[in-house]
Amino acid sequence: MRDLKERVFVALSLAATLAGILFLSILIIDVVMDGASRLSWDFLTSFPSRRPGKAGILSPLVGSAWIMILTALFSFPVGVGAGIYLEEYAGKNRFTWLIEVNIANLAGVPSIIYGLLGLGLFVRALALERSVLSGALTLTLLVLPIIIMSTREALRTVPFSIREASYALGATRWQTIIRQVLPAALPGILTGTILAMSRAVGETAPLITIGALTYIAFLPTWPITFTGSFPFVEFSLQGLFDPFTVLPIQIFNWVSRPQKGFYTNAAAAIIVLLIFTILLNSLAIYLRYRYQKRMRW
Amino acid sequence: MESAFKIEGLNAFYGEKQALKAIDMEIPRKMVTAIIGPSGCGKSTFIRCLNRMNDLIPGFRVSGRVFYQGKDIYSKDVDVIEIRRRIGMVFQKPNPFPKSIYENVAYGLRIQGMRDRKRMDEIVEESLKKAALWEEVKDRLHTSALNLSGGQQQRLCIARALAVKPEVILFDEPCSALDPVATAKIEDLIDELKRDYTVVIVTHNMQQAARVSEFTGFFMLGELVEFDRTEKIFTNPSSKVTEDYITGRFG
Ligand SMILES: Nc1ncnc2c1ncn2[C@@H]1O[C@H](COP(=O)(O)OP(=O)(O)OP(=O)(O)O)[C@@H](O)[C@H]1O
Ligand SMILES: [Mg+2]
Repeated sequence: MRDLKERVFVALSLAATLAGILFLSILIIDVVMDGASRLSWDFLTSFPSRRPGKAGILSPLVGSAWIMILTALFSFPVGVGAGIYLEEYAGKNRFTWLIEVNIANLAGVPSIIYGLLGLGLFVRALALERSVLSGALTLTLLVLPIIIMSTREALRTVPFSIREASYALGATRWQTIIRQVLPAALPGILTGTILAMSRAVGETAPLITIGALTYIAFLPTWPITFTGSFPFVEFSLQGLFDPFTVLPIQIFNWVSRPQKGFYTNAAAAIIVLLIFTILLNSLAIYLRYRYQKRMRW
Repeated sequence: MESAFKIEGLNAFYGEKQALKAIDMEIPRKMVTAIIGPSGCGKSTFIRCLNRMNDLIPGFRVSGRVFYQGKDIYSKDVDVIEIRRRIGMVFQKPNPFPKSIYENVAYGLRIQGMRDRKRMDEIVEESLKKAALWEEVKDRLHTSALNLSGGQQQRLCIARALAVKPEVILFDEPCSALDPVATAKIEDLIDELKRDYTVVIVTHNMQQAARVSEFTGFFMLGELVEFDRTEKIFTNPSSKVTEDYITGRFG
């Protein structure tokens, strides 16, 4: 009798797992069949166009790269800093508790709410307009709770004996954290950050809310340009304030068009986005694997 | 006999629970003092009071005084960092950093801001030699310390403690995770160390206490039952409880 129950349970779990994988595979196969033929160098290096056959994803691709890099630059130091503070320094009082509960809740807030916040705060109040900077800051808010929580998680897995060994040699708390705890926790922190990034790269709603454009035929100004005269290189932050679009928004735009050709473009762009996400996730898995192998106390 | 530590009326608490009761004791300089007693009697708590390692435990507090070289290490104006640098510690379970052998030994110097690479190389070599580990690791100083055997890791931890040139080394059951060969090596090492250092060692092993120490303190239920020369404790203890314990009638 117990045996039967167990078998039924195993069968059901297996079926549930297989169902998930099955639907995912169907989705991927469908997208690949629709879009693979459209993928080409031209597709990656052309601007969007009215004619589906000539349209490409250059501006959303570059836009996504800008947004991702800036989001990582903003959210990593702030998130890791906050994680260290909460885990290592904050006292165990009501105030800390309140912050912790809030961060946990923020991680579950629908992303469009972050879009509204970004619209009110960055676009309007700080008058940053519908710029790359507004987009990156909005996504920073979105991924911050995830990075803070994974940082704390990673710090907690560092064994107490390592801290003890450091203190016993006359290290200060700061030295112990910077030289022992943080390096030991870094792979875990990076894994969490990368997973947060792979979530951010697919976000559409908050960026549409803050008014990212759906059709753009130029790129944000490059931060570095080479010139013919001394000093031969110019740096510019203008790109931060330029309008932008990102891959998911371009896809959204294309699938809402009636022409069949745009639908194919959307499928091709989805493949690019999927590759992007898979690469990020593989990197995270690789880091975790390395981490487990190297760190055994 | 010159004393390194002078302990007066030391009480220690974990929250409400009292772990040490009114301990009075004088630990001699440049000798080995063993701390013995049944499990849970407060040996670790006691030894960790000597370099304030217990400060790390939330809810822990002490009352009474612990003088080290005439200065109460629990008084307000004492620099804990300095205390821990001068009074080193080796733990029960070897706990090397997940770094190279070299970096493990050099860590204490680096946190003091030492930059001189040559001087650092010298100290690392000297410390590994003192810990009788140099011959075994000199060709792989820059490989991970985690690949060493348990006994080698424990000697590495001793080398690491020696590198910062402490005056005292506290050992909390340093051999309990080691086999007899590795244990013998550590004991020889402790015998060497007492020429230059004050050593306090917690041990569960009576023979070990008898072999390595000049003085022995017997703890029970948070109290110091007896403290005397090791020969006296092991041949002619004043207290009946001590006698019962060392003859193995309980504990
Ligand atoms: N972190 C802690 N929090 C609360 N109580 C503790 C803590 N550490 C130790 N104790 C208690 O204090 C008492 C003394 O513990 P201690 O570790 O000093 O004993 P010990 O003599 O070292 O034992 P053992 O031989 O098993 O290592 C024990 O009753 C123990 O339960
Ligand atoms: Mg103990």
